[in-house]
Amino acid sequence: MPAAQGPAASPRRQRRPRGSVATAVWSYVGRRLLLAIPTLLGASVIVFAMVHLAPGDPIAAVMPAESSKAEIEATKRAYGFDKPLPVQYLVWLGRVVQGDLGRSIATRRAVILDVRDALTNSLILALSSSLLAFGLGIALGLLAAFRQGRVLDKLAIMLAVVGVSIPHYWAGIILIIVFSVQLNWLPAMGAADGGGVLEYLRHMALPTVALALIPLGVITRVVRSAALDILNQEFVLALRAKGLAGRRVFTHVVKNSAPQIFTVLGLQFGFQLGGSVLVEAVFSWPGTGYLLNLAIFQRDIPVLQGVILVLATFFVLLNLVVDLLQTMVDPRIVRH
Amino acid sequence: MAIRAVGPGESPDVVMAESLPPAVALVPMSYWRTVAWRLTRDRATLVAGGVLLLIVLSAVLAPWLAPYDPSAGSIRLRLASVGAAGHPLGTDEQGRDMLSRLLWGGRMTLIAGLTPVLVAFVVGAALGVLAGYVGGLTNTLVMRTMDIFYAFPAVLLAIAISGALGPGLPNTLISLSIVFIPRVVRVAESATVQVKGLEYIAAARASGSGVIPIVRHHLLANVLGPILVFASTQVSLSIILAAGLSFLGLGVTPPAAEWGLMLSALRQSIYVNAIVPALPGLAIFVTSMAFNLLSDGLRDAMEIRA
Repeated sequence: MPAAQGPAASPRRQRRPRGSVATAVWSYVGRRLLLAIPTLLGASVIVFAMVHLAPGDPIAAVMPAESSKAEIEATKRAYGFDKPLPVQYLVWLGRVVQGDLGRSIATRRAVILDVRDALTNSLILALSSSLLAFGLGIALGLLAAFRQGRVLDKLAIMLAVVGVSIPHYWAGIILIIVFSVQLNWLPAMGAADGGGVLEYLRHMALPTVALALIPLGVITRVVRSAALDILNQEFVLALRAKGLAGRRVFTHVVKNSAPQIFTVLGLQFGFQLGGSVLVEAVFSWPGTGYLLNLAIFQRDIPVLQGVILVLATFFVLLNLVVDLLQTMVDPRIVRH
Repeated sequence: MAIRAVGPGESPDVVMAESLPPAVALVPMSYWRTVAWRLTRDRATLVAGGVLLLIVLSAVLAPWLAPYDPSAGSIRLRLASVGAAGHPLGTDEQGRDMLSRLLWGGRMTLIAGLTPVLVAFVVGAALGVLAGYVGGLTNTLVMRTMDIFYAFPAVLLAIAISGALGPGLPNTLISLSIVFIPRVVRVAESATVQVKGLEYIAAARASGSGVIPIVRHHLLANVLGPILVFASTQVSLSIILAAGLSFLGLGVTPPAAEWGLMLSALRQSIYVNAIVPALPGLAIFVTSMAFNLLSDGLRDAMEIRA
């Protein structure tokens, strides 16, 4: 990686292009890191505001109906609700930073514990569906680009439109109807408790497919258009004129469209985590989406806040990592 | 086509002009006429537009088209299959006519899906043009605030706001508008910054034009097109999210008919009847696909690349 040599280079070399690229990359990395902080803080303000968006007194939800005025006042003080909002926010943020997301109203368990277990399950599902969508989407997109205008291309375009148009919660229900109810091949609900790896995978199969549909459509589309952009450039014509074999032209096209494809993959993985809410609700998969669904039903605001804050943080950090990795792959990006 | 030799005292341009077909040389089509002409040549877009027109018409005319009261059920007639006597699309888990409920449900789903994009288009375009044209601190303030909403994937943001506000159509509209406004603002801002730097804006300013005429006549005319195309791409997502919110119990409340709500209620019945529970989702799918194809066609016709 030539960019990494920059800081060690002598002052005389730093004036040369390579040294300046490295400096630009590092200052970009620094700027990007600094930008993530206000975004995260802003997200935390939104999550904090959720309690106050909720209709009714937040205290009323926790207190039994027959409690006296004095008891309500005491609870208010205990929760810090008697203080001004900015103070409440800072106190809350201080706790959140230390990993204390409060307690569930329904179960009295610490929210962070529930979120941790759920996040693990969601990550597993997000990984499996991403693998499926990335593999199939890249293959289909490239095939379509190289067969532009032919039947295969039209099929890929069609599949891409279906992928971005289909309500994935409905797709999940259709999968259950076909593979669980009619054919009785795969389980419809939940994650396997015991029964070995095979049983676990059998439970994962349907939610994985349902969750992979949207990214499959998006990735096929982006890969196809990215590859077409490169294919239409003059250097590809030059390569062909030079007599390069089709397989080697393919390598050139893939390498040049990689940065664009890479961005989409990163974003889509993030969407998988947040977007799995509805699919998890359909399949009762014990992830963050299912937890969120439960919290909505029980109007359990601390759990709602906790899940959303953790997912948003994850999403922001993921975007950051994707951005940074991208500048490593393609240092030209820092100039934009 | 033959090009004759340039005669004495003649300019070569005249000869060239003679040799071109007159329609091309003399009457250039206006931009919007070109777009309309291109749309009529695009078969997929036409079909999508036709399907959409049917869906919208059937939703608007639901009170006259629906054969039954959408909320009147019958315990004896629960989950009748498609093609049952008197109920061409069967009945739901409470014995209510599916055709009537799908027609009425389309109204709700379309209102819940289209309104937020419309609100986002108006508010987002205003904020984006303001941020882009004024620049400086205003720009930073508006754009950084919008960035915060990008910390959440769309589904999660919608659920977060709706989850806090509670169920109901008005709350769905609020939460979905908040999801789509930042997206429109981003597009509007970058389009405005791009157009603002063009020379004809500087020329208008140099000839003494004020801010409001410049924005109204010169800027908006060139910025609204791309914003409109972008907004049209968001409609299908908005419909899927609106139905998804009621699927989770956060949107339209029962006993109203709404496609997402119907899908959620019929979910328990898939072991009794496999076809009827799939119908509301199919309606969402067809509508969202038609909107996607239409916005694709519109984008191609306007030659704007996403």
